Amino acid sequence: MASKYNENGGMEERQRRRDLKMYYGLENGEIEAEGSVQHAMINSTDPCNLDGANFQPQTYLSKLIQERSLTELMDEEQKMVKDIRGLDSDMQTLVYENYNKFISATDTIRKMKNDFRKMEDEMDHLASNMSAITDFSASISGTLQDRRQQITKLAGVHSLLKKLQFLFELPARLNKCIEMEAYVQAVRYYTKAQRVLHQYDHMPSFQGIHADCESIIKQLRMKLMERFRQKESTAKQLTECVDLLTQLGEPAESLCDEFLSHAKQKLDEDLEEMQTQIKLYSGEPTPGHEQRPSHAYMNTGMDVLEFVDLGCNGFLSNMCLVIASYNDMFMNRTVTDESLDTIALRKLVLFVNELMEQYFNSVRQRVQLEKETGDNTILVRALDRFHRRLQAMNKLLPDTDFSRAGTEIVSRGARDRVSHYLQSLKQHFSDCLTDIRQNLAAPRLVGKQDNTARLSELLANMQSSVVEQIKSVLGNLQAFIAPDITFAMKPYFRGPFCSQDVREGLVVAFIKHICINCNDFCEVPGDKTTSPPALLMILSRFCIDLENASISYLLSLAEEQFMVEDITPLTTTTELFAMAKDTGQRLLNHYVKVQGLTISQMLRKSVETRDWLTTIEPRNVRAVMKRVVEDITAIDMQVGQLYEEGVRKERSSDSSRRTHALSASQQNRRPQWNYAPSVDNSLMSNIQKLFSEKIEIFSAVEFSKVSVLTGIVKISLKTFLECVRLRTFGKYGLQQIQVDTHYLQLYLWRFVSDENLVQVLLDEIVCSAVHRCVTDKAMMEPSVIDLICERG
Amino acid sequence: MQARSLCAQEAETESIRFLVGTQSLRAENQVHFIDFDDENSIIKKTIFRHRDGEIWNMSASTFDSSLFTTCFNKTSYTSNESLESPLSDELSFFNIVTIAFNTEAPALDKSPSVGICEDRLICWDLNTASSSAKVTNSKNMEGRSHSKTISGRWNPHHNCQQVATAVDTAVKGWDLRTMSQVYQIESAHSQLVRDLDFNPNKQYYLATCGDDCRIKFWDTRNLGQPLKILSEHSHWVWSVRFNRFHDQLVLTSSSDSRVVLNSVVSLSSEPYGHLVDNDDDEGNNEEREGGDEDSLKEESQEPLKDGVIATYEEHEDSVYAADWSSADPWTFASLSYDGRLVINHVPRSEKYKILL
Repeated sequence: MASKYNENGGMEERQRRRDLKMYYGLENGEIEAEGSVQHAMINSTDPCNLDGANFQPQTYLSKLIQERSLTELMDEEQKMVKDIRGLDSDMQTLVYENYNKFISATDTIRKMKNDFRKMEDEMDHLASNMSAITDFSASISGTLQDRRQQITKLAGVHSLLKKLQFLFELPARLNKCIEMEAYVQAVRYYTKAQRVLHQYDHMPSFQGIHADCESIIKQLRMKLMERFRQKESTAKQLTECVDLLTQLGEPAESLCDEFLSHAKQKLDEDLEEMQTQIKLYSGEPTPGHEQRPSHAYMNTGMDVLEFVDLGCNGFLSNMCLVIASYNDMFMNRTVTDESLDTIALRKLVLFVNELMEQYFNSVRQRVQLEKETGDNTILVRALDRFHRRLQAMNKLLPDTDFSRAGTEIVSRGARDRVSHYLQSLKQHFSDCLTDIRQNLAAPRLVGKQDNTARLSELLANMQSSVVEQIKSVLGNLQAFIAPDITFAMKPYFRGPFCSQDVREGLVVAFIKHICINCNDFCEVPGDKTTSPPALLMILSRFCIDLENASISYLLSLAEEQFMVEDITPLTTTTELFAMAKDTGQRLLNHYVKVQGLTISQMLRKSVETRDWLTTIEPRNVRAVMKRVVEDITAIDMQVGQLYEEGVRKERSSDSSRRTHALSASQQNRRPQWNYAPSVDNSLMSNIQKLFSEKIEIFSAVEFSKVSVLTGIVKISLKTFLECVRLRTFGKYGLQQIQVDTHYLQLYLWRFVSDENLVQVLLDEIVCSAVHRCVTDKAMMEPSVIDLICERG
Repeated sequence: MQARSLCAQEAETESIRFLVGTQSLRAENQVHFIDFDDENSIIKKTIFRHRDGEIWNMSASTFDSSLFTTCFNKTSYTSNESLESPLSDELSFFNIVTIAFNTEAPALDKSPSVGICEDRLICWDLNTASSSAKVTNSKNMEGRSHSKTISGRWNPHHNCQQVATAVDTAVKGWDLRTMSQVYQIESAHSQLVRDLDFNPNKQYYLATCGDDCRIKFWDTRNLGQPLKILSEHSHWVWSVRFNRFHDQLVLTSSSDSRVVLNSVVSLSSEPYGHLVDNDDDEGNNEEREGGDEDSLKEESQEPLKDGVIATYEEHEDSVYAADWSSADPWTFASLSYDGRLVINHVPRSEKYKILL
């Protein structure tokens, strides 16, 4: 063990100190903190530990003796002695040190004792001073007690006086405020003072003040009202005014009225302006502008877009402003009760409705004025803007629906446009007609060939121009349903517009107009000069072409462009087809009638004016007959321009064979002429008629050249027959008729569908002439007739 | 034989009688006096000879059943003959178109009548007792060179002082007291006006027909526009006749060899628009001078409103004349150029409709 301590002197030293500390019972905690001490503590119960508290020298000694050898015991003994010496010296050092410390401590204590004594004296002094102070202060506060009470009283009086002063000054202050136009301040002052004044109303002086204030406030109120009514005051000012006035206890309802009437003035001005614009545009003289001619000259009216802009920016925005501020002022207040709210709302709605109606009226007027311009993009844009603006308006005032009325205006505008276009189409159509008339009239001077050659060209021109016109109109109208136009997307605009207005109102109406117009040509009786036959012809063909192609093309075009889906309630194409066909038929019938009548007029005159009893022996075919054949040839060419050949009844296609057949049939018939009158011509003709079909003279014709010409020839020959029956013939008269009819027979067969028809009619003419002849057996020899005809 | 002229024996009110004049240049002409027994459908025919020439027009006296006139043509001129059977006084005027008797007789043996020439208007007093005719008045109608008068009628109203004539495309009205023109319908038809007739029961109402295949109704107080236009025929309309008793019935004949019976209730003197129940029974009787039997086609009748009642197509040739019987309001005759006379009844259903 001793060797262990020797090995480490430092350890030993510390050990020693600790032991000393233990000895003095100092700082237990310090020892415990160290690990080795713990070890020592653990070992302290060990009776063999020298340093332990439970050390039993006996046990230790016996243990040493038992366990160690002699040398070891010797060493142990030496070490032990050494330790004891070391300990003793340590002890001595310690005692010495402690002694010194003790002495210094005693010194210190002594010194402290002295100091304390001194301090005690000072403390006593302090205490005596303090008590003196206390005494003083007590005496001071005692003396000041009265004053303080006085002062608080005085302060109270002071504030009261201040208040009173405020009250007394209030009228002047209010006046000043009013002078400075600081109305807000004035109102604040007044509302502050009002209660007090009210409370002390029974005191005469206060009463005076109160009265003063009241009068001033009345003034103020007047001023506010005045300002409120002023036209120039802005919305913000107005709001302020209203605010103040409500604070001053004005009834909100009357304020509403005031406000609205004030707003109305402004809006009325806007409306007035719009009306002026309308008048300017429509060219009415406005009395207001007369004294300023230069101004009026400049203001020839703005176009519709500008107008709508004016309306939107002026009227509508003002209106929005009014509504918004109204809402701010009267409706969205937390303090106002429900009933007031509803009253205010009702008032507003009434007001707005009235003004909007006026606005709509003027817009409607303006839109209706928009007739002249061909381009409608501006109009569409204007309407669009209008519509959009209204929708915004709707959002502002959710209870009312202006967009309905607005859309109505828009669609009416659209409808007006459509009808305007229809008008222009009609105009165009009649222009076309005039054009054709002129064209027909002009080349007649040049020559007939030219004239007939032009018919198909004219027809084509007319068709294409009409179709083009409709197309362009449709194109123009498409602007109304352009995708960027808001109202175009509304189903309640789009549906009726596309199907009712465009399809029915424009395309169908135009086709109907054409038909009716064409029908009118047939209805004019005895007025042949107004409608040249060629025009009738062209129109008839035009109608047929309409039926065949154009109608379906135009309708499908319209439906396609305007996306008309539901066409069940609309005019069907078949209806229009029937109409066009009917018209074409009527026109053609009329044409046949007119042409037939022209020729029959010629024939009638020629028969009536001649003295058939005393005429000379026929040498020639009469010029009239040649003229008739010429005219019919011309008509044939004319009709051939526009209509197909059509079907003949028999042997029609091969014309080279015809001459042969004709001569053969003539051979068959001639004997009849020779013998029939001598036997019993009436019986013969009766029998003949029994077997032949009844001939309808003015009957409907088909759409073919042959049919048309057959009709004309029938009419002419029947007239010839009737005229012959009214005359009396001499021998040569009869012979002349023979020659004429034969001539006609030679030339007319080629035009008609059934040559038998011509034959029958001509036979009848000759028979009638024979009846009307005063002499018997006056017929001319067929060979001579042939000869004359060939010569002529 | 060809025939153009037909008239009812207007003074006769007991039996159905018609007069027909033939028109032949070479054979001898005849006047056929036809008595039709409605109950037995028997025709009695008396033939008078008319040697003087072809008959263009006939008219019977309105008060003396034995008196009638013919306008005839003696190869070179037209003249008037007034006769019972003897021909007493031949009044030779050039180109007489028609003669019309006044419907009111001022004295028993005197009857004024008017002759209408192509260019003048002549008034006679026919005296049957002395068999003489006296020209009381005549008037040249000024006109263009080619506008000939075609037809003329007395106006049965206004004390029978007016006559209307058809000149070319116009209709002119004349006042016989002053012998001056009182009215004129310019271009009444687009072509010649062939015939005209006054409504016997309704003043001022006039029907015309012409070469434009139309029948027009006029009010002589308002000549600007026709009241009504019918276009049922497909060729010239040669005659138009109001029924004397039921003036909604209008008979027209045309050179399309049809006779059309129209109902023009809207312009008749009868109250318009009363309801009548339908009766499908239809009756007609048809006799013919020629003797040949032929089936009769008749269109079904319509309710009592304007429109065609029936179209008669028995004729094979132009029908230049048609007239109502003076005795039976439901019987009428029509004559075609080939000499066929057809007597027809108004369809019974239509008759009941009018009567009930």
